[in-house]
Amino acid sequence: MPATETVTGTFTPPTRFAVPGRIEVGSRAAGRWQTATLTAIRRETPRAATFRFAVPEWAGHLPGQHLMLRLTAEDGYTAQRHYSIASAPDDSGHIELTLDHVEGGEVSGWFHTVARPGDRVEVRGPLSGFFAWPGDRPALLIGAGSGVVPLMSMVRHHRARGLTVPLRLLVSARSPEELIYAREYGPETTPVLTRSAPEGVPVGRLTAAHLAPLMDDRPAGGWEAYVCGSNAFAEHASRLLVAAGQPVDRIRVERFG
Amino acid sequence: MTPDPWAAARSGPEGTTRMNITRGFTGRPRVSDPGLPPGQYDAGDDWPVLSAEVTPDLAAADWTFRVDGLVERETTWTWDEAHALPASAYRGDIHCVTGWSKFGVRFGGVLLDAFLDAARPLPSATHAVAYSHTGYTANLPLADLTGGRAWIAWEYDGRPLDPEHGGPARLVVPHLYFWKSAKWIAGLRILDHDEPGFWERNGYHARGNPWQEQRYAGD
Ligand SMILES: Cc1cc2nc3c(=O)[nH]c(=O)nc-3n(C[C@H](O)[C@H](O)[C@H](O)COP(=O)(O)OP(=O)(O)OC[C@H]3O[C@@H](n4cnc5c(N)ncnc54)[C@H](O)[C@@H]3O)c2cc1C
Repeated sequence: MPATETVTGTFTPPTRFAVPGRIEVGSRAAGRWQTATLTAIRRETPRAATFRFAVPEWAGHLPGQHLMLRLTAEDGYTAQRHYSIASAPDDSGHIELTLDHVEGGEVSGWFHTVARPGDRVEVRGPLSGFFAWPGDRPALLIGAGSGVVPLMSMVRHHRARGLTVPLRLLVSARSPEELIYAREYGPETTPVLTRSAPEGVPVGRLTAAHLAPLMDDRPAGGWEAYVCGSNAFAEHASRLLVAAGQPVDRIRVERFG
Repeated sequence: MTPDPWAAARSGPEGTTRMNITRGFTGRPRVSDPGLPPGQYDAGDDWPVLSAEVTPDLAAADWTFRVDGLVERETTWTWDEAHALPASAYRGDIHCVTGWSKFGVRFGGVLLDAFLDAARPLPSATHAVAYSHTGYTANLPLADLTGGRAWIAWEYDGRPLDPEHGGPARLVVPHLYFWKSAKWIAGLRILDHDEPGFWERNGYHARGNPWQEQRYAGD
């Protein structure tokens, strides 16, 4: 686990739309590129797969954090992208990432068409404590597509540690086939299927009606909300949350761009 | 030292290699674009949104911009007062720490110099914290904010700046990574020391010069 540092005496601006308080994470680990060796590939959906890496000197992470990943070509050309960490923190010396295959994507394309166990890439991180969930406060997680990845790290952490703090996940996908981690969800999760669903399951995008029961059910002290996905989804979901009464300073948003 | 520049990278022991080549990775065709800082790619028409907070519902009429701290005259401008200052536009490139760059963008607004000339930073002033109506902060050396290098912008491509991109008005400091260009800008606190902002407290670089690839602390 990274050390949590508190910076005191810094200027706090007056504001009407406060950003949530942060967990400040030490930056020592982020400064250095490390080799990550691919050890396994697990298919999740036709478009997404999980890549497991051995990173022997991994400094540990909090659920919700991401890393920077770099590929290098023979001529020294590099491509780097951010990826959320899918696995819960543990001391296995391994981490997992789940990547969507983006059409024409330089980095995700390499992972989905070339990569095989034994390949080595480079990572630096973990980065950004802002979206991290240390497992302390009740959490309401809302994700779409690969935006569920950092949220799954939280769900896995909750399970692995047997935490009793309330945790709920709303996950949106086009169809059951495209729902990442479908087999892993338990009673904490409500899938929202936008294009097709099994008999008897409603089809349609996330609405206020999905949030209402969760807001009614909120624990004393309320939820910390974590929203992750495309910008369009993040805007939609965060607006619904605000309309449902969730305080803006308790909504963290991670946009994949 | 060695005739084959890549040999060391391929065979050197772990940790001493300068480069770790990824098997089978060729990447996109190389564009030798002198406008592209190291490690960046051209996002074309895309303009990704990466703010960490809920986009605020902030009307232009409620927007204000303030310069305070180590200045002779702490001053607050309303939307109309800010618009009465001499108009200025930035035309050029912007670079995001996540890797994308955008070429030939056009922001319209007012040079930050116009506000600072009115507030007059004290001789002891060296740095500033830019703060947003959301509470977001970013720290900058004062030298990066003066001399025609920074703007308060309310137009993009001749149209009002979209709320997702920081409208009604944002800071634009195009020669630094774009997280420094605080959206929904509310003010500048002028200081005699550097004080980390939102991302800087989360491991990002204090200055963020894309040409030196200053992404994270220690770069
Ligand atoms: C904090 C954060 C966390 C993230 N976590 C995850 C995650 O957990 N899982 C995940 O799958 N993704 C995640 N992402 C997104 C990820 O970083 C990449 O953006 C994504 O994998 C696409 O990268 P790529 O190299 O495959 O595609 P890119 O090559 O970047 O292409 C993206 C799109 O742009 C087009 N394009 C871009 N440049 C060019 C060009 N020069 N020429 C032609 N076309 C171009 C491509 O055709 C494609 O449609 C995250 C992003 C952020 C910011």
